[in-house]
This record gives sequence, C-alpha cells and structure tokens, in this order.
Amino acid sequence: MAEFALPANSKIGTGKTWPAPSGAKKTKTFKVYRWNPDDGQNPRVDSYSIDLDDCGPMVLDALIKIKNEVDPTLTFRRSCREGVCGSCAMNIDGVNTLACTMNLHDVDGDVKIYPLPHQPVIKDLVPDLSGAYAQLQTIEPWLKTTTAAPERERPQSPEERAKLDGLWECILCFSCQTSCPSYWWNGDRYLGPAILLQAYRWIADSRDEFTGERLDQLEDPFRLYRCHTIMNCTRTCPKNLNPAKAIAEIKKLMVERKG
Amino acid sequence: MSTQNRPLSPHLQVYRPQWTSALSIFHRGTGIVLALGTLLLVYWLAAAAAGPEAFAGAQSFVGSPIGVILLFGWSAALFYHLCNGIRHLVWDAGYGFELSVAYRSALAVLIATAVLTVLAWIVGIALL
Repeated sequence: MAEFALPANSKIGTGKTWPAPSGAKKTKTFKVYRWNPDDGQNPRVDSYSIDLDDCGPMVLDALIKIKNEVDPTLTFRRSCREGVCGSCAMNIDGVNTLACTMNLHDVDGDVKIYPLPHQPVIKDLVPDLSGAYAQLQTIEPWLKTTTAAPERERPQSPEERAKLDGLWECILCFSCQTSCPSYWWNGDRYLGPAILLQAYRWIADSRDEFTGERLDQLEDPFRLYRCHTIMNCTRTCPKNLNPAKAIAEIKKLMVERKG
Repeated sequence: MSTQNRPLSPHLQVYRPQWTSALSIFHRGTGIVLALGTLLLVYWLAAAAAGPEAFAGAQSFVGSPIGVILLFGWSAALFYHLCNGIRHLVWDAGYGFELSVAYRSALAVLIATAVLTVLAWIVGIALL
C-alpha cells in the first residue's frame, strides 16, 4: 500500500547555515540533505553559500568545493565527473539527474539537493541501492545461449545491432528508477524502469537464445505490469534514453507471443 | 553503524510536479470520480422507478446548484478519462513515447477535454 508521508525517523529538520566567504560577489545557495548515521538525529537540510566566481560550472563542482573547502563531512558518490559512470545521480532542483552534467546556471534560485527519492539513506546523499541491484540480478543481464559457442564471436547484422541503440547506453544511475511513483509505492515487487530497460536490452539482442524464458520471468502483475506509462522515467533520464518505450516493447511482445 | 534505522529519502515531498505524472494521477482521479458519479446516475434511475414523487425529489437535487456542479465535474471527468484513455491505447500499441510527442498528446487531451465538456453542455442546454 502506498505510504505518501515520510516515516517519523525520516522527517526533515532545518540544519546549519554556512555563509558565503566575505568579498564574494556572485553567490548561490545550496540546500543539501544531510543525515548522519552516528548521531541518532533526524535528517536535516544544511545551507551553503558558495562564491560562483570561484567554482566550476556543474552542480558536482559545487559539491566538491563544499566538501573540500567548507564542510568535509558532506558525503556523496562521484567518480567520472563526465556522465558515464552514473555515481552522482541525485535529486537536484526537484528532478533526478547527474550532478556532473547538471549546469548550475540551469537552476533558478537556490539549488536544492536530495538523495535519489524513496530509498534508504546510508549517509547524506548516498542512498542504499542494493534493492535495485538485487532486482537487476533477477533478470540475468548477460548473454544466454544453448547452442555451442562458435569458433569466433556470435555475428550480428548491422540491423540487429541497431535494435540495441538507446538501450546499451544506460549507465544504471537509477535516476529513472527512483523518479517512478509506481516504483516508490511498489518497489519491493515492481522491477522499475531501469531494470526493465535492461531486461529489454537482452530480449532485443539477436544473439540471446532465452527470449521466451526472459518473457516468462517478467509476465507478472507486479514485476512488469506496475508500469502505468507515467513517463517520469523518460522525462528524467540524464542520457536521454526512453525506458517507458522499452517497457512498452516488452508489453507488446507479451501480447504478440499469445498469437 | 546503524543499518536498521536508515531514513527513507524524501519523494513526493521534494519531487517537482511533472506534466507526465500529473496527467497520470489525474487519469486515476477521474476514474474514481466516474465511479462515484455512477452512483448519482443509479440514484436518479432508482428514483424514476420508485415513482413520481421520488423522481421529482431526484430531479430537484440534480437541478440544484450543487447537483449541476457535480454533473459538470462528472462530465469533465468522463471526457478527460475518455481522451486520456485513447492516449493510453496508442501507447499500448507502441506509439507516442518520444517526450515531445507525449507533451503534445497531453496538451491535446486537455484541450479536447475542455472542448468536449463545453460542447456537451451547450448541446444539453439547447435540448432542454
């Protein structure tokens, strides 16, 4: 059953305010979700004012600047800083995206930063994504075959390969997964847009020989059919992929195979 | 380190309302309104079967300002649910998933709902 309000231990209080350095001409305020597992307190929102004249252009640059120069306790994931690793996915200005590819100047007013929505928080902006990873495991995201392995690679025509475009580019940042209200309310049983896009990536692969079994595994009122075509996933994908369309293709295959 | 008492990150509280999710929740809302409105229709029919006095009572309620507002809301919900239902059928056929197309079909649904509702009331009042 959908629980719309936050549990008592998750209600957010106001936190500390860190003023801008003296002499800063162009400042921007960052309101950042904080939660420390060690102090027994509820989450809070801290406010950091940053001198934009002395800061890189992206939200991640500002977070790194805060961590380096203002508050070293601020915790977040980051790695590649160029939109290919998916580590720094978070809720920025009300929408899930990658901090490293989100330009500061695209945010009007204060920059509000929260962890990916409706996930258990490990610390600050670091959500526990082990549920989604466990779901990824269930769809067996690798090439499965029964025929003997050929001498060389399994060939694929350019047309067959083209069917994987828009699917292979997914970096598993889980922006879409945690933007989906249906996943918020039924994340324990609904696989969610990121996992279903991955499932379709293997269903659509001409070299894979387990299409039927893959569809069998997805044919379930919750795993697949909790998708109600809300389309928040497609709206939020930082790589401009279309999980909603991938899910629709799976649903179509379900109907087509019934004949 | 505590792993049991981890807070749940905020969701509805912080997620900026999207056109995509707004129209979706509105579809469900109008579905509920339609089901409730059907009760009004059943009451009206049951009153007609029960006799002239009961029917006159039902008629005066339906014709009262509250009744007219309920009917107007019901008809608007009907046309929204109908138009957006067609949008869902097109999606189920695998079309219209590009974000720009989805936004345009959303706008089309809203305009069609307004036009059909107003048209229905103009025709309805003209026939009275």
